Amino acid sequence: MSILDSKIPEGPIKEKWTNHKNNINVVNPANKRHIDVIVVGTGLAGGAAAASLAEMGYNVKAFCFQDSPRRAHSIAAQGGINAAKNYQNDGDSTYRLFYDTVKGGDYRAREANVYRLAEVSANIIDQCVAQGVPFARDYGGLLDNRSFGGVLVSRTFYAKGQTGQQLLLGAYSAMSRQIGKGKIEMLNRHEMLDLVLVDGKARGIIARNLITGEIERHSAHAVVLGTGGYGNVFFLSTNAMGSNVTAAWKAHKKGAYFANPCFTQIHPTCIPRSGDYQSKLTLMSESLRNDGRIWVPKKKEDVIAIREGRLRAVDLKEEDRDYYLERRYPAFGNLVPRDVASRAAKERCDAGFGVNETGEAVYLDFAAAIMRYGTEKATVDGIHNASETMIRELGEKVIEAKYGNLFQMYEKITDDDPYKTPMMIYPAVHYTMGGIWVDYNLMTTIPGCYAAGEANFSDHGANRLGASALMQGLADGYFVLPYTIGDYLANEIRTGKISTDLPEFIEAERAVKDRISTLLENKGSKTVDHFHKRLGKIMWDNVGMARNEEGLKKAIAEIKALREEFWKDVFVPGKANGLNPELEKAGRVADFIELGELMALDALSRSESCGGHFRDESRTDEGEALRDDENFAFVSAWEWTGDPSKAALHKEALEFNDIELKQRSYK
Amino acid sequence: MSLTGLFLITFLTLHLAINLLTLVDKDLFNEASHFMATNIGIQAMQYVLALGFIMHIGLGIVLTLQNKKARPEKYAFNKPSANSQLSSRSMIYTGLLVLVFLVLHLKDYFVELKFGDMNGFNNDYDLVVALFGMWQYTVIYVLAFIALGIHLNHGFQSAFQSLGANHSRYTPTIKKLSAIYCVVVAVGFSAIAIVHFVNS
Amino acid sequence: MNLTLKIYRQDGPNSKGRMETYPVTDISEHMSFLEMLDVLNEQLVNDGKEPVAFDHDCREGICGMCSLYINGEAHGPDRGVTTCQLHMRKFKDGDTIHIEPWRAAAFPIIKDLVVDRSAMDRIMNAGGFVSVNTSGNTQDANAIPIPKVDADKAFDAATCIGCGACVATCKNSSAMLFVGAKVSQLALLPQGQVERTDRVLNMVAQMDEEGFGNCTNTGACEVECPKGISLENIARLNSEFLIASLKAEKK
Repeated sequence: MSILDSKIPEGPIKEKWTNHKNNINVVNPANKRHIDVIVVGTGLAGGAAAASLAEMGYNVKAFCFQDSPRRAHSIAAQGGINAAKNYQNDGDSTYRLFYDTVKGGDYRAREANVYRLAEVSANIIDQCVAQGVPFARDYGGLLDNRSFGGVLVSRTFYAKGQTGQQLLLGAYSAMSRQIGKGKIEMLNRHEMLDLVLVDGKARGIIARNLITGEIERHSAHAVVLGTGGYGNVFFLSTNAMGSNVTAAWKAHKKGAYFANPCFTQIHPTCIPRSGDYQSKLTLMSESLRNDGRIWVPKKKEDVIAIREGRLRAVDLKEEDRDYYLERRYPAFGNLVPRDVASRAAKERCDAGFGVNETGEAVYLDFAAAIMRYGTEKATVDGIHNASETMIRELGEKVIEAKYGNLFQMYEKITDDDPYKTPMMIYPAVHYTMGGIWVDYNLMTTIPGCYAAGEANFSDHGANRLGASALMQGLADGYFVLPYTIGDYLANEIRTGKISTDLPEFIEAERAVKDRISTLLENKGSKTVDHFHKRLGKIMWDNVGMARNEEGLKKAIAEIKALREEFWKDVFVPGKANGLNPELEKAGRVADFIELGELMALDALSRSESCGGHFRDESRTDEGEALRDDENFAFVSAWEWTGDPSKAALHKEALEFNDIELKQRSYK
Repeated sequence: MSLTGLFLITFLTLHLAINLLTLVDKDLFNEASHFMATNIGIQAMQYVLALGFIMHIGLGIVLTLQNKKARPEKYAFNKPSANSQLSSRSMIYTGLLVLVFLVLHLKDYFVELKFGDMNGFNNDYDLVVALFGMWQYTVIYVLAFIALGIHLNHGFQSAFQSLGANHSRYTPTIKKLSAIYCVVVAVGFSAIAIVHFVNS
Repeated sequence: MNLTLKIYRQDGPNSKGRMETYPVTDISEHMSFLEMLDVLNEQLVNDGKEPVAFDHDCREGICGMCSLYINGEAHGPDRGVTTCQLHMRKFKDGDTIHIEPWRAAAFPIIKDLVVDRSAMDRIMNAGGFVSVNTSGNTQDANAIPIPKVDADKAFDAATCIGCGACVATCKNSSAMLFVGAKVSQLALLPQGQVERTDRVLNMVAQMDEEGFGNCTNTGACEVECPKGISLENIARLNSEFLIASLKAEKK
């Protein structure tokens, strides 16, 4: 087992980042124009990195599989972005954000990275406002905040329920500016299908032009992966249909270690599934837990009556409702972290209290908030002795201003009016904390290959707090990677243009083409989605919200068998030379199958519970996740050996010098 | 389009006002008509007006051709009624109808009054009355006024939008005015034709 | 329910297109429109045929990738939704549904229902941004208070997802709502003031170059826009353009 060098700078945690920036190598402006950087993915991390690197003077080639960089899935983030601005004067600070994030991640994140994240968080807000991002404001014209799970302060900046969209469009506009100047060459509808290494360094990629089907070689002095997470391994998730692991997985197979793959976030508030045809699940922002109360009926007979349509949720008396989060976690109530809220919902539903036909749904109720806001508004407007109907109307308007688009989305999907009847929600796969292992500079174990945003593993430990994904993506892309990459590129100023005719490029291109023809010539009998759905079921049943040794072993065996069957029996229609969505899916699902096996292996090897990773064998007497710091205070970084179930484990020990390791409690 | 359109709208308003005089008093109308035909300022404005017409028509045709080019392949199945008013979609057609009418109208009145022998009539009023005595004329004129009304229904309020004036407080009023105005123009002009036809 | 689909198919950018008819059965009313197309495609693949290509990604109405002209309307008969949020409960058993790609000279067809919307990106590249480097060394975010009414209007304009429904639905294939939304967002915010004049002139010039038609104020775009972007933004684009044209220095 090798020792992973995380390159954490020396010195007190507060000074690490500043000192590091002062000491790393820098490329002189005149030399930057001789250096090429490839950025794959144009979400918050990739888009921000591409724009920043181009501004600095590097020649950037950016790739995305969508038809425009503005469509990356960061756009779907709803609730907000955290920043330690302390605008609400509630005692927030860099340290508090750092502490909350490490604790929220159940002490499985790297302290130094998280501190840096908290440190630059405030700059993100300044930067975005300067770019023209229209954050929500109060009547004084200053920025508004809301609260998110797992914290006791209000530090989340937002733009209605479309914060991700506004931030991504900010990054996209910064990219647009550089594309217009010719500093970024934007390659839309291109998919990275392999990483090319020359003399052990990342030197380029092989990409498929999704319109013409042409396989292209692109060279650069460094490659940045901002390719997002791999939640779609579960088939059903809140990810976009195209979100995939392929770019990250190809890098993994070329030598980048994959860290903590089993750390998956199951988001507590999603619209429950309705049928087998379902293609994806839709998230209802965590911000709704600011005002919504989660409950199920106390009595089984009421549950049955509700399921059979004999009883309406609104008619159930207050004393017959079980606000189980408020009951179990009085201090944080409905705003416990996501992993805790999800498990609590699963616990109630497993016990038979689920409120829809499938038994997999709980209520998220806004009635109390509507009345509270209505009363407040009536007072502000000077309306005395307002009727209940009037108060409700006023309250509904306030709720609409805060969450209008989410409520509309819910109504369009379910045909229920959430202003009048409580929403039904259930946990769904949402985010992956695991990802490519990176050091403090965000470089993977392949020199010259970087990973940023959700694609890397570094900041969220075993559970991410709400509104922190946007923060990390932009922090990595705008403020971290553009500096740290200079340390590596400073040694590349004499390299000169890298030829795409090197044997390594030719070989990688040949391998990519071979794989495509194998898929197309296979002429099996089952569709790609057939395999994806089966993989998803194995993953959800065994590597989902609760895991145990038996299930994980079973999953490994089943996925292995599925992989063999896939390559024998998959049918991919169409041709290689042209737009072929089935072919694209086939390549992605093939990689998901391999990844699924590694996730199960990782979950099996980590026989403790922490954050989103819950092992049935490791729980407290009250049923909470029980960490094992003595044996598992490390990052699992897996090395590809040719067979996912035989991946080699490397450990990066986690040291906690500034935060005391404690059993997490939100009671 | 909007500037020339608004200019033509002011002309139209004046035109309607003078024409309505034919329903009030023969002499008053003749006097007004005489003033319009002899006043130097008005005479000068005639050229501006002609230019306004030419620009409005020319621009309209150029715009339409450009817009056709922007969608060379049509939809096999389209349902524009779901999202827009027919009047807004048929501006070029109502406009061309009005243009055809305009040619006829100029020939009948403008040319006659200015250069012709007035078909033997003594004054403007008698010419008007005589022409509307023929039912074919009245029908053509009324149809043209309906087309003009539809054209104005969109054109009036649309001109403000094109000039960048859209405000939650004023736009609803402009739209109401627009609706009233197009009815006034169509009904007003038609009434003149019909009344003279009936009286003849 | 059982439906008859009439779908436009075109093999490649330079091929000739045709309408084809496909029956689908057992469609649940809870399905989204794209899930219904998934069912058709699964069926086609199982029959060894090539599935219908269509653009889609997030399937929650925010990425702007999905398109489709359904029964003569952009994003179909429902209001305030994208095609991925359109649900089959809006249709009846036995219905015939016409599905076509966006049609505009500026949006050439790539395959079947997939079109190339990069013209919109190029308009953005021409000026849809504030020229501020991403250093983070700007002034504090709260240094300039912005009246809530302006911030809210800027936000409403900024919610445009760039799907192109406005272009597709406009009888003139005009992109004025799309351009108006971005110009408005930045014109309403103090941060957008410095480049206000150049921005609108450059973006409009690029828009014209791409071959979009002119706005004749039919208002169809506002009705079909899945995000309800208001015509007020087109009016603002018009006034911004007029003022900028008068104000701009000679080049």
